[in-house]
Amino acid sequence: MTEGLKVIDARNSFCPGPLMELIKEIRQEQVGAVMEVWSSDAGSAKDIPEWIRRAGHELLASVAEDGIFKIRVKKLR
Amino acid sequence: MPNIVILGGGVGGTIVANQVARQMRNELKNGDLSITVITESAQHVYQPMFLYMAFDQVVPADAKKPERELLDRRINLVVGAAERIDAAGNAVWMADGTRIAYDYLVIATGSRPDPEQVPGLTDGGYHFYTEEAALRLRQALHDFQGGRIVVTVGVPHKCPVAPLEFVLMVDDWAKARGIREKTEVVYTYPIGRVHSIATVAEWVEPILDGRGIETHIFFNPETVDPQAQTITSLEGETLRYDLLVAVPPHTGQAVIGRSGLGDSGGWLATDRASLRLQGSDNVFVLGDATNLPISKAGSTAHFEADVVASNLVNLLRGGLGSVRYDGKVFCFIETGLKKATFITFDYANPPTPVEATEMIHLYKLAYNRLYWLTPAGLL
Repeated sequence: MTEGLKVIDARNSFCPGPLMELIKEIRQEQVGAVMEVWSSDAGSAKDIPEWIRRAGHELLASVAEDGIFKIRVKKLR
Repeated sequence: MPNIVILGGGVGGTIVANQVARQMRNELKNGDLSITVITESAQHVYQPMFLYMAFDQVVPADAKKPERELLDRRINLVVGAAERIDAAGNAVWMADGTRIAYDYLVIATGSRPDPEQVPGLTDGGYHFYTEEAALRLRQALHDFQGGRIVVTVGVPHKCPVAPLEFVLMVDDWAKARGIREKTEVVYTYPIGRVHSIATVAEWVEPILDGRGIETHIFFNPETVDPQAQTITSLEGETLRYDLLVAVPPHTGQAVIGRSGLGDSGGWLATDRASLRLQGSDNVFVLGDATNLPISKAGSTAHFEADVVASNLVNLLRGGLGSVRYDGKVFCFIETGLKKATFITFDYANPPTPVEATEMIHLYKLAYNRLYWLTPAGLL
């Protein structure tokens, strides 16, 4: 695991869901922070990168491992 | 003699206290067990009533009762502010300098609305997450004669169905007052659909559309300009409003930060199954105070409290305290002033809303009166 990487374990979260968990965390982290959200919802692989783009952050990676979608993001603003 | 200390007199903390007291009544009676609830307010508040208060359907007295009346008489009640939790020293320090030692601690401190996180929101908008705020909104709605009502949603927030309930209720309310034709209702939501739960979003989208409610997704409130009466999102969209109603962002309680236990938002790292504070064997966390990726809602606290109480009783009787929380949540969803539906889900099973009916709405109104049986540990 990358040093300093904050993992947001939102597997099996139907409500508020992985993207809302990411928004919560990203709002309370410092600019430059890197975090990775874990989701068991295939929709996250599309929704989360789209929000990252709209919100002006940087998508670092988006992978699927054993049915878990892991999306890594850097807070830019 | 073991001491159980419960920090927080909301629904979760009160259920735990009463359930343990009922199951261990002989130990309490014989002085072999002590249970203490610490709460800042002598009044227990049923927060879902704030939504109805804003529409002048209930008044503040309907939403509160003395915590003392709800607790088993053998439970100690301390009304006061906790300064910090000394997890290493197994004690809670009160603001007046009192030290309250525990063998087991339950942190049920909840969350608090923090509209100040969005500059301009406190001056430019309304919400219904405290009694005072609900009464301000009640007056604003009473005075409202038509215009553009914008509903905005901060993250994280308590009761994830509340934004939908408010927007559907305000639509019915405007119709009933005969001002719907000169009222625009605008619903905004932080993510890429109109609710966090996909099935709820699919169910409610045609309802919103059919009622002429304008929707804006990917809208996270960033700033409010009270003079210009505009709200701008993090994503760069600006909307004009005449009446702005927010579901404000929430934070954990300050005592969590003072204790050095939470993350930067004041949320406690909690094991999603055992509900123990991570790294601790004798501290449980429930309700809004956790960092779990589940709804901050009274029913969540309720079902978690059942698990925590079972584990405490088990541990005190020599067990391992291995009852697990399965992520259960249950929420009514008001779909206007006369109908409602509900959802229930857990970590393994997603929710599916059923058709809204008058009967479910009436049951919800009845539950609002029956609620007091819940903290008593009876319902």
